[in-house]
Amino acid sequence: MKKKIIIACHECDLLHRIESLPEGSTALCRRCHAVLLSHKKDSLNRSLALNITALILFFISNAYPLIEIKTEGICRATTLMGGVRNLYDQGFWEIALLVLFTAILFPGFEILSRLYLLLPLKFYKKPWHMSLIIKFIQKIKPWGMMDVFMLGILVSVIKLVKMVSVIPGPSLYSFFALIFVVTGAASAMDFHSIWEKA
Amino acid sequence: MISCHNCHLVCHISPLNNPSAMACPRCGSRIHRRKPNSISRTWALVITALILYIPANVLPISISTTMGNSHEDTIISGVIYFIESGSWPIGLIIFTASIFVPVLKILVLIYLLISVQKKSSRRPLDKTRLYRMVEAVGRWSMVDIFVITIIAALIKLGVLVDFKTGPAAVYFGAVVVVTIFAAMSFDPRLIWDNIKEYHE
Repeated sequence: MKKKIIIACHECDLLHRIESLPEGSTALCRRCHAVLLSHKKDSLNRSLALNITALILFFISNAYPLIEIKTEGICRATTLMGGVRNLYDQGFWEIALLVLFTAILFPGFEILSRLYLLLPLKFYKKPWHMSLIIKFIQKIKPWGMMDVFMLGILVSVIKLVKMVSVIPGPSLYSFFALIFVVTGAASAMDFHSIWEKA
Repeated sequence: MISCHNCHLVCHISPLNNPSAMACPRCGSRIHRRKPNSISRTWALVITALILYIPANVLPISISTTMGNSHEDTIISGVIYFIESGSWPIGLIIFTASIFVPVLKILVLIYLLISVQKKSSRRPLDKTRLYRMVEAVGRWSMVDIFVITIIAALIKLGVLVDFKTGPAAVYFGAVVVVTIFAAMSFDPRLIWDNIKEYHE
């Protein structure tokens, strides 16, 4: 980042002039210490790799059962979607929708739209409707709650262990890995350099 | 000069233009100096959350049946049950996520709203930090909803045990969503608007 840029802090609106920001460093607001810009190292390649990994893990996590329980001689397993279906069948469609969007759809959309931006940029092309997609990513970001869902799984396992025997399903492991990959994928994104490139 | 909310480009605006109908030259978003009607919107959402918080705590959040005995649990009675039965770590997680965080969020937002309306210029940095904390912590309230989703899907129609979602879950889910919207609609830059000058 060699160009001089002017940026306003998005939390307190103080104007800053940034002369140059070396790779791997972050500029903070002088007044309220919010992050102004961070120039990430090899952002494009790293975020592309992490997002592709995230997409694969996302499919595995949703395709296989999360937890299996054994009680009264019968086994019962549930996938993420199965939990949503069950809430819907019980008549709680509001919560079913809330869980569907926060735990499955928004995280999925977020990964897909990041890939939509990154893939063309990798080949030096500007993605179609780029600003619309960036706006969409920033709108849905607070609503993706996979990390919270992971804590939910842990709490329910501890609760269930007292009543029945619990067997972790295959997607539990991939879900656990997904949390870390998705966090990395989100923090590797550098929207400022995307705007500069396009 | 106005900074764009979406792409953070600083746009030069001449006073001749009508600032309410302006678009960012880079990303095309509507731009405005502060989030529109931030204070009244946040107030409305905070009050809504407060009202919804009552049924969320009074009504049962889960109905479990063990050996023919039906047992209804509210959020608070669930927490007390876990602490008494010895699994206090879960009790603590549920207490923090379902009671402490929503209440803290609502109180902090009310405090910030009042202090902005009184044009207070005290400790703006601490207030900004408080706002950042509220914004970051809100989503974790969803834990209880997710726990109910998983457990209700696994334990059903059993002869000995049955677990059903209670009506409070809808209200509690609404509290979480409304408080997240409330935190989003508050503009932290309003905290700094009352500080006249800044000296290094």
